Amino acid sequence: MSDTTWRQWLLTERPQSRSQARLGRTYQAWRRLADNRLALLGLTIIIGLLVVAGFADVLATQSPIVGDLREARLLPPSAEHWFGTDDQGRDIYSRVVHGSRLTLFVVILVAVIAAPVGLLIGTVAGYAGGWVDAVLMRITDIFLAFPRLILALAFVAALGPGIENAVIAIAITSWPPYARIARAETLTVRHSDYINAIRLMGASPTRIVARHIMPMCVSSVIVRVTLDMAGIILTAAGLGFLGLGAQPPLPEWGAMIASGRRFVLDQWWVAAAPGMAIFLVSLGFNLLGDGLRDALDPKAGGR
Amino acid sequence: MAQTAVDPQGGRSGTRRILPVLASIARFVVIVALTLLGLLAVTFFIGRVIPVDPVLAIVGDRAPEHVIERTREELGLNRPIYEQFVIYVGKVLQGDFGTSVLTANPVMTDIRRVFPATLELATLGTLIGSLIGIPLGVFAAVRRGGLLDQIVRIIGLVGYSVPIFWLGLMALVVFYARLGWVAGPGRIDIVYEYTLSPVTGILLLDTAMQGQWDAFWNALSHLILPASLLGYFSLAYISRMTRSFMLNELSQEYVVAARAKGLSEARIIWRHALRNALVPLVTVIALSYAGLLEGSVLTETVFAWPGLGLYITNSLQNADMNAVLGGTVVIGAVFIGLNLLSDLLYGLLDPRTRRS
Repeated sequence: MSDTTWRQWLLTERPQSRSQARLGRTYQAWRRLADNRLALLGLTIIIGLLVVAGFADVLATQSPIVGDLREARLLPPSAEHWFGTDDQGRDIYSRVVHGSRLTLFVVILVAVIAAPVGLLIGTVAGYAGGWVDAVLMRITDIFLAFPRLILALAFVAALGPGIENAVIAIAITSWPPYARIARAETLTVRHSDYINAIRLMGASPTRIVARHIMPMCVSSVIVRVTLDMAGIILTAAGLGFLGLGAQPPLPEWGAMIASGRRFVLDQWWVAAAPGMAIFLVSLGFNLLGDGLRDALDPKAGGR
Repeated sequence: MAQTAVDPQGGRSGTRRILPVLASIARFVVIVALTLLGLLAVTFFIGRVIPVDPVLAIVGDRAPEHVIERTREELGLNRPIYEQFVIYVGKVLQGDFGTSVLTANPVMTDIRRVFPATLELATLGTLIGSLIGIPLGVFAAVRRGGLLDQIVRIIGLVGYSVPIFWLGLMALVVFYARLGWVAGPGRIDIVYEYTLSPVTGILLLDTAMQGQWDAFWNALSHLILPASLLGYFSLAYISRMTRSFMLNELSQEYVVAARAKGLSEARIIWRHALRNALVPLVTVIALSYAGLLEGSVLTETVFAWPGLGLYITNSLQNADMNAVLGGTVVIGAVFIGLNLLSDLLYGLLDPRTRRS
């Protein structure tokens, strides 16, 4: 009984408060998302990633850094070592489990750096217009004209290898699409009545952009960020594979594939497991991103 | 044309038509120049501004004082930064990227030597992707929700999610080590390496032109796996976009009209709808080609393919910044060029874009 009243409260056409309207919209989006089985699968994978990263110490059976060089080098998968062991005698399963933390670290940091930068540049360009818009968008286009991995490579080459520098390089190459989206959204609301009303009330441009335009752009930027997560993970893994990301002995998945490359023809499992992990997590983000896009913007759905 | 002949003011309407075209071409050129300049600004920034001292990176920290001083002078580092940038742009425009520390050749000579290998790989990859991807996308759109549609969806999802270098390694394990269907890493067996005299640098063409069919088949068996791998990624993108464009075309009124006229379904799909869908597809193919040039960095590393991508990664690992930045500028310029080409082709193929 209380279940139905809750739903009525959420789905009411005349919400009594701002938070009720917001919750109602969130609930509707969630229902659309929950109808999409693939999106739920994606969500499950991402939650799985969070759980594995959170409880890595419990889930890992052995140390991810120190191996048994004498007894356990390059063993095939078995009951004791589920994914086998690598050339340092380390348990690959434990390394993959701990590697989830590094992946999460990279993804979250890139999103936290790149999304606000793109949001700020896009909304300022869209609201200010004129030469500010022209200059900012030209810079955005220049960054978009670069192939992303190559630009990240060049930046890491100058900054020096390491996981922090990889994060910086990926963030530098990630913000332009967010700026484009935020600008497009800003242009659609810029001349709307509510913005004019706020301006007449004497709000400063800073306040208008920060309090009234940015929130309008957030949901589309979030969708785009989710869709980009897979790309970020793949770029980070690519940098790791080329030896420019996380440095040994850190159990970064891309770097693990690189170390398994030398004996892949005979001991394929060393490279197989971390690659599978990258694939699964990217797939999860792609499925969730597609679902979010359809749920938050039903018009674009079904394509 | 017939209309202008009848029109007494033909000359005026002619100039009226030409002027906007000239204006848009001028705008186009300015944008291209600005983008290229921006590209160089970024690489200049990476090469000269980020490193604490570019001289140290070249001579090492044990060099005597006068060597450091002379290198600084030679690099022009004592001049103001904007002057350095102008000099840098001038040099790049003449094809001078400096000398590679690793190979001791001018970087441009190196790039000219390795570029054909990348071109060969990316071109074959795009061919595979388009020739399979377009029909697949068409069938998926025609039988929406059917088996092929699901397959296209899965191909796309996997293509967007799988790390290309890992898939390459696993393909090597299966098709080279286990099944022995293809040759392993490298471009050609070492036996043939010295009997070949390069003409175009594209081995398939060179060997075929010289009638060395042994070498041709050997080169092909080396090429086919990395090219199929790149082809898969291009296929994932192209088939998905073809499907979406075809769905759009098939819902247009002219399709209804063609059906009402009694045209066969095959004719409607392949002759009418696909023809219109091909216009935006040109852009997609150009973009995917550019994407393959980028993907080649990782693929070439996995397959020890001696192209631009492997050149860049080798230089990276040896901190050879001139070579890295030279390769970056070349790939960036090709990227921009392909984008422009697709824009131009779009305008050429779709008359509607010309009017506005």
